[in-house]
Amino acid sequence: MSNGRFGIHGGQYIPETLMNAVIELEDAYNHFKDDPQFQAELHELFTNYANRPSNLYYAEKMTKDLGGAKIYLKREDLNHTGAHKINNALGQALLAKKMGKTRLIAETGAGQHGVATATVAAYMGMECDVYMGKVDMERQALNVFRMRLMGARVHGVETGTATLKDAVSECMREWTNRIADTHYLLGSCMGPHPFPTIVRDFQAVISQEMKQQILEAEGRLPDVVMACVGGGSNAIGSFYHFIDDKDVKLIGCEAAGRGIDTWETAATINTGSLGIFHGMKSYFCQDEYGQIAPVYSISAGLDYPGVGPEHAWLHDIGRAEYVGVTDEEAVCAFEYLSRTEGIIPAIESAHAVAHAIKIAPTMRKDQIIVITLSGRGDKDCAAMARYRGEELYDD
Amino acid sequence: MMIKIADAFQNGKAFIPFITCGDPDLETTRKLVCAMVENGADLVELGIPFSDPTAEGPVIQGANLRALSNGCTTDDVFALAETLRKEDGLTVPMVFMTYANVVYHYGTEKFCARAAEAGMQGLILPDVPFEEKGDFAPACRKYGLELVSLIAPTSHQRIKTIAADAEGFVYCVSSLGVTGVRSQITTDVAAMVRLVKEGKDIPACIGFGISNPETARQMAQSADGVIVGSAIVRLIGQYGREAVEPVSRFVKEMKDAIRDL
Repeated sequence: MSNGRFGIHGGQYIPETLMNAVIELEDAYNHFKDDPQFQAELHELFTNYANRPSNLYYAEKMTKDLGGAKIYLKREDLNHTGAHKINNALGQALLAKKMGKTRLIAETGAGQHGVATATVAAYMGMECDVYMGKVDMERQALNVFRMRLMGARVHGVETGTATLKDAVSECMREWTNRIADTHYLLGSCMGPHPFPTIVRDFQAVISQEMKQQILEAEGRLPDVVMACVGGGSNAIGSFYHFIDDKDVKLIGCEAAGRGIDTWETAATINTGSLGIFHGMKSYFCQDEYGQIAPVYSISAGLDYPGVGPEHAWLHDIGRAEYVGVTDEEAVCAFEYLSRTEGIIPAIESAHAVAHAIKIAPTMRKDQIIVITLSGRGDKDCAAMARYRGEELYDD
Repeated sequence: MMIKIADAFQNGKAFIPFITCGDPDLETTRKLVCAMVENGADLVELGIPFSDPTAEGPVIQGANLRALSNGCTTDDVFALAETLRKEDGLTVPMVFMTYANVVYHYGTEKFCARAAEAGMQGLILPDVPFEEKGDFAPACRKYGLELVSLIAPTSHQRIKTIAADAEGFVYCVSSLGVTGVRSQITTDVAAMVRLVKEGKDIPACIGFGISNPETARQMAQSADGVIVGSAIVRLIGQYGREAVEPVSRFVKEMKDAIRDL
């Protein structure tokens, strides 16, 4: 699509200072995406560094317990660094390196994308600065330590709500300040063109593998593919190769926080409206004057007031369905999967698990659900304990 | 009388102050704008506050936050502009400076109609580059507002294209980074201005980082005007409702420094 439009969504709403940088990025990406050597190098990194392909695991206990559709988990939590974020970080860092950039900057919410960026920066010998909301630094102290351990500088952002949206704003400001040697390694399928397309393409390996794996295991495509949606990178990666398979239902699970009928929510498609922010036209949580809302979710990774433009478009054309999942439902799913399958999911991914718990029993036993488990939940244990009234550490 | 942006360039080099409306409150903004005009402002940029101003440094971010926490809305700013025109009788051109979403979510057509009715001459949107002007330019044209284009030190070959299609004046961003006070400006602004003029015979004004009479004079050597935001907003942050006197003095000093060029 021209100028990175997905229907009416997308575009490049950024300061003039950054325009040549995104044009240069688009040119480089268009050149390298079809370059066999680039693809071979990326494949090598995926295989030998990130531990791809990730398993497609049949969750037999969960399937029996829920008594409905057969449930598979796409185990992105088993990737190196423990989340799907590494796919995009490796792809963009390799691209940046080819472009002659020596420094990476990144925003992070839960810290998973910051960790992935710090990891690839260490691996490729690049300088790295990560911007993270102060509130999130407290919620995700372990990830802050991991990033610093790998040599990244982590900058606390205190403006606004001191969460993911403010980290993105601060990253954009920093990029205008130092462009020549710096690549902004945006972590989700959002922001100005070409980021939503680049991130989607690097994450599309999820659905590419998933499709092959489910055909091998079941000899047919799944009935439902579902994933959690903040900006939406693991979801778009999970959906992408199924978009043309109209019989496969695509479900994105948004963070409803304390409920979509409250102000304390981050369910953008369910509660937001059309707007222009962070470089793109899409749906945003905002007030009547277009002031961006201080959204809320227990999950730092889904705590974002916007959604990627391709999801906004998939919603508009009715190809994907977007549902809200509350904090309480997500925490119950976090505990349920740990207890039932011995797999501790990231609280972000637990939003998708929660919706599967709702719909699987309503489906037939010969139907199939694939849930993308975008990350592992070790980082969330302290916060989950606190949610249940228990303090794990003495501060 | 028909007021136009071009009027700002009839008294030698133009001095263009920026102010965030509603910081600390709308009554103070009103007094400040009148005082700035009295002390030599040739064109006034009225900032409509936005929750997440991604092109601003800490000083103007703080002003946006203060204005919004005091409940200042876009409709309040329209009312303020109307008061400045009708009750205070200001005749200098005025433009709104805000972010794309403030206009888009209000309804671009409705926003432009209200702005023109309130007596505004133009609109500056720092997060709308040349490629995305199409969302806003038609409505601006319909209601007689000039949509001001920005160029940056990284624009290079884009400058002539942008200038050729520009209206009102071209806003030349002096430095990399966001708005804020800088100790020096290293960009070759004279070269930027020359490229603008090659694209179109239109006033070129320099903004970002200008905070004292010396820099203003240096910048005005090659440009048609200078834009000053953070240095004024910082004074307002410091003096609050008592800012009229220090801001008046500052504006007079700045205009005096460029008047004879």
